[in-house]
Amino acid sequence: MNPAFQGLLTIIIGVGGCIGYFYFSNQFLDKVLYPPKGPNAGRNINRANMIRPWLFLFPALCALGLYLAYPVYETLRLSLTERVPGGGSRWVGLDNYNQMFNEPKFWEAMRNNMVWLIVVPAMSTAFGLLAAQLTDRIRWGSLAKSLIFMPMAISFVGAAVIWKLVYDTRPAEKEQIGVLNAVWMAFDGGIGSVLTLQLLPSLVLLAFAGVVGLIGWVFVRPLVRPEGSPTGIAVMPLRVLVGLAAVWLIWMSLGSVFDVLTATLPYGQPQTWLTIPFWNNFFLMAVLIWIQTGFAMVILSAALRGIPEETIEAAIVDGANPFQIFFKIKIPQIAGTIVVVWTTITIVVLKVFDIVFAMTNGQWETQVLANYMYDKLFRANDWGVGSASAMIIMLLVTPILVWNVYNARKEMR
Amino acid sequence: MDNIAGTKSGLTWTVHISVFLLVALWLFPTVGLFVSSFRTADQIAASGWWSSLSAQERQLPAIRVEGDEDARDGMFVIEGRLFEAEDVEVSAWGTSSREPNAYDPDATADLGDGEALTVTADGSYVLTGPDSFEGQRLPRIFSTATTPPEFTFENYRNVLFDPSNREGMAKAFFNTLTVTIPATIIPILVAAFAAYALAWMDFPGRALLIAAVVALLVVPLQLALIPLLKFHNTIGIGKGYLGVWLAHTGFGLPLAIYLLRNYMVGLPRDIIENARVDGASDFQIFVKIILPLSFPALASFAIFQFLWTWNDLLVALVFLIDATGETTVMTKQIVELLGTRGGNWEILATSAFVSIAVPLLVFFAMQKYLVRGLLAGSVK
Repeated sequence: MNPAFQGLLTIIIGVGGCIGYFYFSNQFLDKVLYPPKGPNAGRNINRANMIRPWLFLFPALCALGLYLAYPVYETLRLSLTERVPGGGSRWVGLDNYNQMFNEPKFWEAMRNNMVWLIVVPAMSTAFGLLAAQLTDRIRWGSLAKSLIFMPMAISFVGAAVIWKLVYDTRPAEKEQIGVLNAVWMAFDGGIGSVLTLQLLPSLVLLAFAGVVGLIGWVFVRPLVRPEGSPTGIAVMPLRVLVGLAAVWLIWMSLGSVFDVLTATLPYGQPQTWLTIPFWNNFFLMAVLIWIQTGFAMVILSAALRGIPEETIEAAIVDGANPFQIFFKIKIPQIAGTIVVVWTTITIVVLKVFDIVFAMTNGQWETQVLANYMYDKLFRANDWGVGSASAMIIMLLVTPILVWNVYNARKEMR
Repeated sequence: MDNIAGTKSGLTWTVHISVFLLVALWLFPTVGLFVSSFRTADQIAASGWWSSLSAQERQLPAIRVEGDEDARDGMFVIEGRLFEAEDVEVSAWGTSSREPNAYDPDATADLGDGEALTVTADGSYVLTGPDSFEGQRLPRIFSTATTPPEFTFENYRNVLFDPSNREGMAKAFFNTLTVTIPATIIPILVAAFAAYALAWMDFPGRALLIAAVVALLVVPLQLALIPLLKFHNTIGIGKGYLGVWLAHTGFGLPLAIYLLRNYMVGLPRDIIENARVDGASDFQIFVKIILPLSFPALASFAIFQFLWTWNDLLVALVFLIDATGETTVMTKQIVELLGTRGGNWEILATSAFVSIAVPLLVFFAMQKYLVRGLLAGSVK
């Protein structure tokens, strides 16, 4: 059968089936099972109204249960068993996890994923906030916004092709056709190169360390100098955790500053960007940042518009400059939205597969969890370890899941 | 609103310039691919796409002299033009690869045996010699010339309309369409009914169900791959369109229910209660009142689901594409091309752009609904 025809038929059957199901099940309920007339009319109406919601929900619950809830359980089971030749499976406890934890490739994927988890949400949110704030103030802002937003419509695979062209490499004697190498070859190792490629990144890193320090201090301050209302015990571990993470990040960035300043860069040689260990991860992350910035911008721009104007006017009257208004008035008021954007992008990052699959396929130390899992499941055909790594992804998502449910319930009350 | 206390024009200009730079940075990669898809393989390999937008002076590949010879005053003459384009300007030329810039335009090169070659600035050449050139290898001309921007639709013709091209995108395009349309339409209806029940019907366990939907919103679909593939094999669907439609429906439902429920809850209570008082059943209320009023939310979700299914690679890889490759989708085709044709940018760029074009059209046409959906869909 022609697939297009099959598709049309499926639409008709699917849509017709849905409407038919809802229509006839309701008819059945009202006309046959509990008709709202006769001696028991009142009781029948009540009964029908108790059943009706489940009629409406049934197909969706079926699909959700089968396609999302059951797989969570089944994957957990698969991760604890191993396939026996000839069909069937055998309980092996945590063997799959042990095997996975002994693989260097897994730890490489974990390390890379952690870097992705820090860099991509941070950069996307920062760029999105910048774009939202800047475009809100100018007349052609909406055009600018839709252009920055555009990559959201592009598939990860399409984006991978777009960026591979940017990273393309030709031999040194030929003209470079990748933008990045063309720019790179323009640097000759003179004073200009040192300023832009070593001093500027160092300053950016120092600024980053400063911002992290500031955020960390905001979190840790109540521990050091308890003042005003006593903070809840529940928040204490979180504060300590943020503080430790901040210290680690500052340490890392200060170390990087030293590395950047002392590095000798291979000027004049075109670089194959995607094969430089460690740094190639950042070239892959750039693709996702490029895509997700538009998302962050749209949400944050709506939040910025929702800020009550009186607060800003009051700040202006008090003589605040634009930067103070932005950082002290606006940012605190949209902090909730920033958290939402951050967590949403975090989930996208945890699932990132297509970009790595299409650009490097995990070679040159760019493996991430989702691609590692795909490798295990469909290349190595090892369902046990594959499922175990899927469970790791699930485990990483769980805090966000709990947080979302908690907030949704709070909002409904 | 920041400017109430007087506008600082310097700062405004800084804002304009920074936004312009930001937009340029964000557009640059896409434009690169777009421009490259209109260039020939030689052009792409010879220079960066950014230089193709203006007239460029560059060294051109060697061109062999060809044409019919005329006998003139006892000499044999071949005349012709190096380029079809009119406004090419030759700045130097030569007859060997060792010295490609040996002669100025209008100079005459002595090729030995009394043969002489002249190339003028506009690219026309005259080859003269005492003997007939019949059966001889004619000389090649190397040239450095300023050429105007030149673009071609040849790549698109190759990729889309050449039936003999086995790596073409035509089939994959239709396969993607076949996956996308049912996978977009079916979840909408299923979700709409469920969302109505969750928004406007009172029953025990409703709050719990809503929480469950919020939870399922973030469950990574990676977990579902093996269990569902096993399930599909058990019930006899195997790999194919039906499986991928079902999978996309299942994966799209949480977002659909969440978006639609949030929208429906906000609909005015009066309308629905009036209808109830007038004796309308829940089914009638849903079909005649709720569905038409929820159009914006339905449109938002439809766009999401369309973009997501069109751009998807993982679900198609697992549930659709079998060993024969008959049902390959565009994303998979592009990944294959990245492997086999990594350096053929004219093919890659064109194929990628074919797959990007439709979502971009949808995006620009229905951006309003997309933004609305994003704002409603991010869990607050």
